[in-house]
Amino acid sequence: MNIDNTIDITDVVCPVTYVKVKVELEDMEPGQVLSVRLNSGDALQNVPRSLKNDGHRVFDVTDNEDGTYTILVERGQDD
Amino acid sequence: MADANFKELKKGGFMKQKQKDRFSMRLKTIGGQVTIEQLETIRHVAETYGHGYIHLTSRQGIEIPFIALEDIDTVKKELAKGGVQNGVCGARLRTITACQGNAVCPSGLIDTQHIARECEARYGGREFPAKFKIGITGCPNNCLKTEENDLGIKGGIEPQWHHDDCIFCGLCQAVCPSSAITVDKKEKTLSFTADQCLFCGKCVTTCPSSAWVGTAGYNVSLGGLYGKQITIGRHFLPLLHSEEELYRVIDVVLDFFENHAKPGERFAKTVERIGWDTVERLVREVL
Repeated sequence: MNIDNTIDITDVVCPVTYVKVKVELEDMEPGQVLSVRLNSGDALQNVPRSLKNDGHRVFDVTDNEDGTYTILVERGQDD
Repeated sequence: MADANFKELKKGGFMKQKQKDRFSMRLKTIGGQVTIEQLETIRHVAETYGHGYIHLTSRQGIEIPFIALEDIDTVKKELAKGGVQNGVCGARLRTITACQGNAVCPSGLIDTQHIARECEARYGGREFPAKFKIGITGCPNNCLKTEENDLGIKGGIEPQWHHDDCIFCGLCQAVCPSSAITVDKKEKTLSFTADQCLFCGKCVTTCPSSAWVGTAGYNVSLGGLYGKQITIGRHFLPLLHSEEELYRVIDVVLDFFENHAKPGERFAKTVERIGWDTVERLVREVL
């Protein structure tokens, strides 16, 4: 698996979590992969849903078993 | 003033105050919505006939305290002219509470305001041996605390999983609050324990490949009580998928309450006395 970019949003809370992810994705090309480390709870509930609404595609989720998860996101096409 | 007249006033939403011949006047609200026109009218009445303030009740209602006995008829007329009706107190179907629902809230799964208006049209103010409360909330976040009500309605989604669309990413397992889903990413298998499902729909709303789909419905709880004694409304019905089905259930429950409750006995107590199995059987007959 080729990961093009990585971001850790475990040090921020909603809604900054998704804002940081969004900013990161904006600098990437459609089809590229972003790895996001996020906290369980609010961030996990909200960030993947927002990604879906914005046309990006989560395709792998790993429980890091330390209260955080790592999700892999394929950047969607621009509108 | 005769007792019978107090009863009549209470029926019309006038709560006798500790101060002589003063009443806190309850106004009718449905699902906590009040229009600007109504607010203007309420402002005018509170300023002219009350003490210049209103009280927000625990059930999303408005009361105007310190209305004098001799002003009651005038106040009623002024309110009616401005599109405001009196609320109800006593042994009746009370103010129907509701959150903003899916018309406004991103989490909302059902149109709570529509259901609230429809319930008001069908059951509002109906007389019973004791008070009866209906509360409606749009999703399992439960902002309106539906299980406190004699009958609660909560929006939910019954999820279904389609194998062919699944990419086995594991997101649904991660977001499921009740651990009802287990995904084996290596073996590409998924197991779903339906009886642990809370109908929250998180699997449906987050699934990146739309392998989880579902239709929204109504999750009904019965027998909530939150006064001197406390019971939490029980869930034993499947998610109801049509409004007609929902009203059939409510009809049965209300008829049961009307026919079996002793004076002043709340629904939870009636059901405890007669038996939950009886109510469950009656309700299931109309599903």
